[in-house]
Amino acid sequence: MKPVEIARGIYNVGVIDWNIRDFHGYSTECGTTYNAYLIVDEKVVLIDAVKKEFADQLLANIAAVVDPRRIDLVISNHTEMDHSGGLPRVMHAIGEEKPLYCSKMGRKNLAQHFGEKFAYQPLENGQEMEIGSRTLTFLETRMLHWPDSMFTYAKEDRILFSSDAFGQHYAGYEMFDDAVDEQMIMGQAKKYFANILLLYTAKILKLAQQITDMGLEIEMICPDHGIIWRRDPAKIINAYVDWSRQEAGKKAVVIYDTMWKSTRLMAEAIAGGIAESGVSVRPIHIRSSHRSDIITEVLDAKAVVVGSPTLNNGLFPTVADVLTYMKGLRPKNKIGAAFGSYGWSGESVKLLQEELAAMKFDVMEEGMKIQYVPQAEDLEKCREYGKTIAQKVLAQAR
Amino acid sequence: MDKYVCQICGYIYDPEQGDPESDIGPGTPFEKLPDDWVCPVCGAPKDDFEKA
Repeated sequence: MKPVEIARGIYNVGVIDWNIRDFHGYSTECGTTYNAYLIVDEKVVLIDAVKKEFADQLLANIAAVVDPRRIDLVISNHTEMDHSGGLPRVMHAIGEEKPLYCSKMGRKNLAQHFGEKFAYQPLENGQEMEIGSRTLTFLETRMLHWPDSMFTYAKEDRILFSSDAFGQHYAGYEMFDDAVDEQMIMGQAKKYFANILLLYTAKILKLAQQITDMGLEIEMICPDHGIIWRRDPAKIINAYVDWSRQEAGKKAVVIYDTMWKSTRLMAEAIAGGIAESGVSVRPIHIRSSHRSDIITEVLDAKAVVVGSPTLNNGLFPTVADVLTYMKGLRPKNKIGAAFGSYGWSGESVKLLQEELAAMKFDVMEEGMKIQYVPQAEDLEKCREYGKTIAQKVLAQAR
Repeated sequence: MDKYVCQICGYIYDPEQGDPESDIGPGTPFEKLPDDWVCPVCGAPKDDFEKA
């Protein structure tokens, strides 16, 4: 990728990772980008770096704009290694004595990645910095999504460098929201939110309020992954607020795995009953889907219906995988329900109910358990069970 | 004295240890922390804490 001037004197010097498909367990079917931004003013400023293996590309991109040694200071909005891994190489090229600005937590965390090698300069929340004709403001955004996370705001340009917030894992030569299909990119933004930010929704709502209260005018949002929002930056902010409220609509998901297709038959009968009642639903077979896509479906579902066969007196391992992942992301305001086929002992439904209760879901008391292969009348019961779930969804959905 | 857990990041406030970084001495119960005390890990305010 060649550097692109995104505003007068401001360049995206980031890189494209076309081939990444597994981003720490998150499926990135479109690849991703590691965006880094260069501001050329009286001072030359680099905001964020890239993953370690792309550091030379980043330096080449910078060199296409200015000699990297002209960089006066580096700002690290986020310590995670896809944005900091290239820092040692960059600092080496520009001069290791140059200041490396970060949040107070960033100061701690960077040292725990790279030792005390660099001239870390911790910033106060709200601190401003003149770099010539421009003023940069720093906003701590702790736990969005690491303790070190912060935003850098270029006041005169009205540009928010938002680190991982508002990002999407999307690799493309298109650099702006107006150059890509809106539905596709909002889908990727939603997936990013569901997998990275869902557990911090309370913080996001507070931050959105803080941005409004500060009267921060935003013409462009530059995240560290994917496209830049410039056509209508309010759209992605409003979507974050909406997703953070977790007020689901008339939607359910049926997530299951199966050994001899019995739990599958149950899943499809339950989903059929839910759909018949006017609630949107899809049965999702775990081994045909990725956990990161499953959690994206969970984000705006009112009911999460989980099915597992009983294997060796326990849950089927792939179901436990999804539940562990889901529990960590702490979805809120959900109805939970459990089902499963079994041969002799049949513990799975009870175990699923316990897991869902531990996630503070409103768990349906009745589960659906069927021994061996469901017969026609059993499937009818499953369909009825689906209808009961749907009634509860319709009563509670917004 | 009860321990309190940050609901945002999982940090546990242990009154026996206090929070030296914010000059909170050992033996300070959670209830006695100043109102503007925040989680040393993630910056969450006191009302984001629940009893462990």
